[in-house]
Amino acid sequence: MTDAALLLDVRGLTVEYDVGRHIAPLRAVDGVSLTVAARETVGLVGESGSGKSTIGRAILGLAPIKEGNISFAGVDITHAGHRERRRLSADLQVIFQDPYSSLNPTRTIGQTLGETLRVHGETGRGEVAHRVAAMLERVGLPADAAGRYPAHFSGGQRQRIAIARALMARPRLVICDEPVSALDLSVQAQVLNLLRELQDELQLSYLFIAHDLAVVRHLSHRIIVLYRGRVMEQGEAAVVYARPAHPYTQILLEAAPLPDPDAQRRRRLRRSNRRANAAIADAENGCPFAPRCPFAIEICRSVRPRLETTSSGSLVACHRWREVHDQTEPTDTGAVTGSRS
Amino acid sequence: MSATEVAFAPVSDDPAGAVTEAPRFLRRLLRKPIAVACLAYLAVVVGVAIVAPFVLPDVAGEQAGDLLAVRQGPSWNHLLGTDTLGRDVLDRLLVGSRVTMVGVAEALFVVLALGVPLGLAAGFFGGRVDRVVGWLADLAFSMPAIIIILVVLSVFPQSMLAGMVTLGVLAAPGLMRVVRSATLPVREELYIAAARVSGLSRTYIIGRHVLPRIAGAVIVQASLLSAAALLVQSGLAFLNLLVAPPAPSWGGMIADAATAIVLQPWLIWPPGVAIALTILAFGLLGDAVRDATTERWSAPVRRKKQRRAPSAASAAVRETTHAQALLSIDGLTVAFPSPAGRIRVIEDVSFQIGAGETVGLVGESGCGKTVTAMAILGLVPGNGEIEAGRVVFDSRELVGLAERELSRVRGKEIALISQEPMISLNPVFRIGWQLAEAVQRHHGVSRRAARARARELLRQVRLPQPEIVARRYPHQLSGGMAQRVAIARALAGEPRLLIADEPTTALDVTVQAEILDLLRELQREQKMAILLVTHDWGVVADICDRAVVMYAGQIVERAASLPIFRQPLHPYTEALLASNPQHAPEDRLLPTIPGMVPKPGVWPTGCHFHPRCTYATAACRQRPILLEQPAADRETRCIHYDRLLATR
Amino acid sequence: MVFQVGSGSTAGPGAASRRAGPAAVGGVLELLRHPLLHVVVRRLLLAVPLLFVVSALSFVLVSLTPGDAAHEILGANAPPSAYDNLRHELGLDLPLYEQYSRWIRHAVSGDLGASLFTGEKVTHAIDARLPVTLSLIGLSLAIVFVVGVGLGVLSAVRGGAVGRFVDALSLIGFALPTFWLGLILIVVFAVNLRWFPAVGYVPLAESPSKWIRSLFLPVLALGIHSLAGIAKQTREAMLDALASEYVRMARANGVSARSILFRHALKNAAIRVVTVLGVLTVSLLGGTVIVETVFALPGLGGLAVSNKIQHDLPMVQGIAVYFSVIVVVVNLVVDVAYTWLDPRVRTH
Repeated sequence: MTDAALLLDVRGLTVEYDVGRHIAPLRAVDGVSLTVAARETVGLVGESGSGKSTIGRAILGLAPIKEGNISFAGVDITHAGHRERRRLSADLQVIFQDPYSSLNPTRTIGQTLGETLRVHGETGRGEVAHRVAAMLERVGLPADAAGRYPAHFSGGQRQRIAIARALMARPRLVICDEPVSALDLSVQAQVLNLLRELQDELQLSYLFIAHDLAVVRHLSHRIIVLYRGRVMEQGEAAVVYARPAHPYTQILLEAAPLPDPDAQRRRRLRRSNRRANAAIADAENGCPFAPRCPFAIEICRSVRPRLETTSSGSLVACHRWREVHDQTEPTDTGAVTGSRS
Repeated sequence: MSATEVAFAPVSDDPAGAVTEAPRFLRRLLRKPIAVACLAYLAVVVGVAIVAPFVLPDVAGEQAGDLLAVRQGPSWNHLLGTDTLGRDVLDRLLVGSRVTMVGVAEALFVVLALGVPLGLAAGFFGGRVDRVVGWLADLAFSMPAIIIILVVLSVFPQSMLAGMVTLGVLAAPGLMRVVRSATLPVREELYIAAARVSGLSRTYIIGRHVLPRIAGAVIVQASLLSAAALLVQSGLAFLNLLVAPPAPSWGGMIADAATAIVLQPWLIWPPGVAIALTILAFGLLGDAVRDATTERWSAPVRRKKQRRAPSAASAAVRETTHAQALLSIDGLTVAFPSPAGRIRVIEDVSFQIGAGETVGLVGESGCGKTVTAMAILGLVPGNGEIEAGRVVFDSRELVGLAERELSRVRGKEIALISQEPMISLNPVFRIGWQLAEAVQRHHGVSRRAARARARELLRQVRLPQPEIVARRYPHQLSGGMAQRVAIARALAGEPRLLIADEPTTALDVTVQAEILDLLRELQREQKMAILLVTHDWGVVADICDRAVVMYAGQIVERAASLPIFRQPLHPYTEALLASNPQHAPEDRLLPTIPGMVPKPGVWPTGCHFHPRCTYATAACRQRPILLEQPAADRETRCIHYDRLLATR
Repeated sequence: MVFQVGSGSTAGPGAASRRAGPAAVGGVLELLRHPLLHVVVRRLLLAVPLLFVVSALSFVLVSLTPGDAAHEILGANAPPSAYDNLRHELGLDLPLYEQYSRWIRHAVSGDLGASLFTGEKVTHAIDARLPVTLSLIGLSLAIVFVVGVGLGVLSAVRGGAVGRFVDALSLIGFALPTFWLGLILIVVFAVNLRWFPAVGYVPLAESPSKWIRSLFLPVLALGIHSLAGIAKQTREAMLDALASEYVRMARANGVSARSILFRHALKNAAIRVVTVLGVLTVSLLGGTVIVETVFALPGLGGLAVSNKIQHDLPMVQGIAVYFSVIVVVVNLVVDVAYTWLDPRVRTH
């Protein structure tokens, strides 16, 4: 993939937060690099503290970047001021997790959606109203929703509104920060489908941030697995899911319970066979996952593993990835696996 | 002076208010008779303040009135009597309202002009700005304001402007603090982040997004501040520091009346009542605004009424009774009062839990599963009440039991853990203390024994270094640890049934797996039954023996866990399982259920699910559907289950 | 009172402590790092600049006052040289900052100067009047706190009639101006019923019962307003605590109603109420000025009001300093109490 086709290029991103006068700052993201190409969905997976949301925020200019740079369509946006952000927002948008917090309750839907257009110079009232109505219909809401306030709508509907807001400006890349985590299962499915349809229709790219591997896998072409601010594994979604090369990915996959009692029992047995070697304490220089890793050895404590390429094309940061890779059987998902290209 | 600072202590954790919508707020406010009354009264006072000096131009300069008729009580000539110099009290009251209200306005203006921008800046920008402003506020709060004002008034004698401006400056930090604490949560709101992503300037964001949100809190404080300013203004006027005689002011009139207090006690009443009423109006208005902006539990904390005696259970199919069912729920119905009458949130819920069994209560949000779980313990939230049904635990009816009796069952026989472990423990007590308290309550042992047992419980939930954890406070724990502690506390009474309300939803998936493992082990060790309320089918598959599926307040399917996954017998269960991304094929869209879950109060007639169901027929909406039993240990509330069998 | 809630999260017992002090001196250092001590020291350190600011501010303001002490003392008809001599004698012809630094130097050694008019030592004059004001404030605070909190808790627990009573009391107390209430009390209880003296003060040493009687009406007048406020704050704080998740869980797990009320809920509510107390004292100080005037009590407040008419700079300074010290002490107590009650504040 040539650089020209890259929509988003993040290199060596490091984000630190100050937590107090006498305490070392918290390093939320530590040297992460990733790319997103046009019409691609890249899934960013991790648990709390993994830095996945922080990466999204850093790209959007909402987090303090200590090192590294971020370019969008070839332009460096690492330290973009708010005027540049305004121009950028025509191409780069966001959908947040909490449907209750992402819409201003004192403004109508129409005002919120219209604001995006007005930011980009579209001020004709009729035109704005027309486009707002069109977008609302596209996301499956009645056109009269424009005159109502967010309180009228359920969580799933609000999330659709948030999607509408993000797409008003016809962006090229949308950062989806856990967009379905707060939704019920049936609603989640609806929203995921909507995202997928819109991607095909509007030729969007997504940076899809989530903690649920199954959700991410369903939508993504590529997956990046994060732990404590660092990339553990990265590769094509189907490959990472079926044949993880990093112990953490493995644990993550096996931790999520399967909605199938027999398969879940088998998975549990496999999990119980891998207990962590608790002797390795938390160390500054080594692999951040070492204290919890069933494969950890001495070198893991002192030397930070670099990203290496596996036989299946993934990148993995682990000293013992070969053993892990060989050991994993194709995970029992009960799903039809195919590659999404 | 007193009310000023008391007013500033934020009363709720959410001073910005939960859902504030601009036009609805005004309408809501005007719907309260108190608010209307206060606004009307204040409008009258302001009107008088503006008009009276024009209508009665001589009063302000009147040195003395009818010296033959001093200190008279009310009469036809002088409706409110005459003062010590024979001047008409009513006239002076009306004209004096202007200086009084002007003083209030001056102070209010200064406080708002200083407090709101500083508070917004401190709250929104944080960092150094916040620190500097905070330090200034500290300083101002610690100053003896009265001294400063008195000295200023001696520099500018009889200048109300100087006095009120000084008051405003000294009171501004209080408002600043309230505005700041109202801004902080708003700043974290995601729509602010979205606005920043759109490249909107910070001043725009503060002005158009933050300010309207905190407007409610500011208006509340403005009302209270006006009351305080009036108090101070009249106090200073009482001390004859603000208004040069003979100009009338309410405070000055009281001072005048004080000199004649023995001879004519009536004189202190008119101006005093005027002041008191106006202060009251401001205060009540502030309260009304606060009520209109925040969504608070309006239900006052009251003793739970005696629950109704158990009524006859409805004619639903009883689950195949195991003779030794530990918990048996039969026809449980819970309703909430509302302006539109009583609304049912769960209807005719029946199921059983055997000893040592794990039963999953599965459903999405709004289906009533949490209400069901809480009803078992007699803790239906808010104003809800159990309308009908029975809850039999170990052959003992729990519905209708007195609070004291029920309190003995809770924790000792049936325990509860909930979704948010971080807030389910008291933040100001140590872990060990809270556990020991539970142990003492249930076992009546000594303090020392209880502490030892507490450490033992922490070991039981696999927490390393229990002695250290026992000394910690809840905010020092991670989510997973806190949940283990919550489980430990639940185990303190050695209950036979543990109700776990979404215990892993708020936890990371790896931690979730550990907690589920823990629950399974504990269950084996303690021979405890578990009622697991969840929306996650994976959890059901992992740990539950049986599953009870709920939709829109009803049970729609009941069976052992494996058969449900293999062959669901209700369209909702089937659709729900199918829409799980775990199962989904990658290159196709997920199967979804069209439509939305109906809210309580607007449940469809007949089957609650029929509007969204692919198998629905006309028969489905005609009459309420009962649970049927197509096979042994399989129940479903669907008349077309045979078609589900056919599709597999 | 800048209450910064720390992030205060440690991942668990395994997390390395990044602030591990040297073990040997650990004991002493541990004590020094004790959060309560921290608070005391910080508050005291804050007090110093505060006293500076207050005294400087009042210094500047008084010197801006139109007119002149020399004129006040000698009257209008003295020869011009007499004014200059007096001014020189009193040190009033020195530049401002020199006057101020002179005052500071003396103040630090405990000498607050002497009244320009009476020549009485400031400390002496104030000390004579201090017990009155302290009695007034102390009693008021005590009663407001005890009764106010009690009523608040009661109404949160009982609801119904008691709740309505507290609401009504809050409303009334809020609306009545202190001076007006004082006058009414005088009319009703002193003039008509003759239960209490209308004016005057009897020192505690002389006769405890008369002391109480002489202070009863003033304390009532001063306290009602604040009492109402505290009752309401307490009630709301208790209601909020009772509606919290941890109370719900405690109740669900069988903790007794009494324990929930008086331990779980009360301690959390106390945090909020305590923060109000510091602020309350400042407002009470303001109220004493009014109350001492109405009831003719020979306290600092009455002195303050009378003094400001004159240009008695040392007196004004002295009163300002004393008032500030009172506020500092109360804020200190509040801060310590707050830190002791709320563990979340300690982790910085």
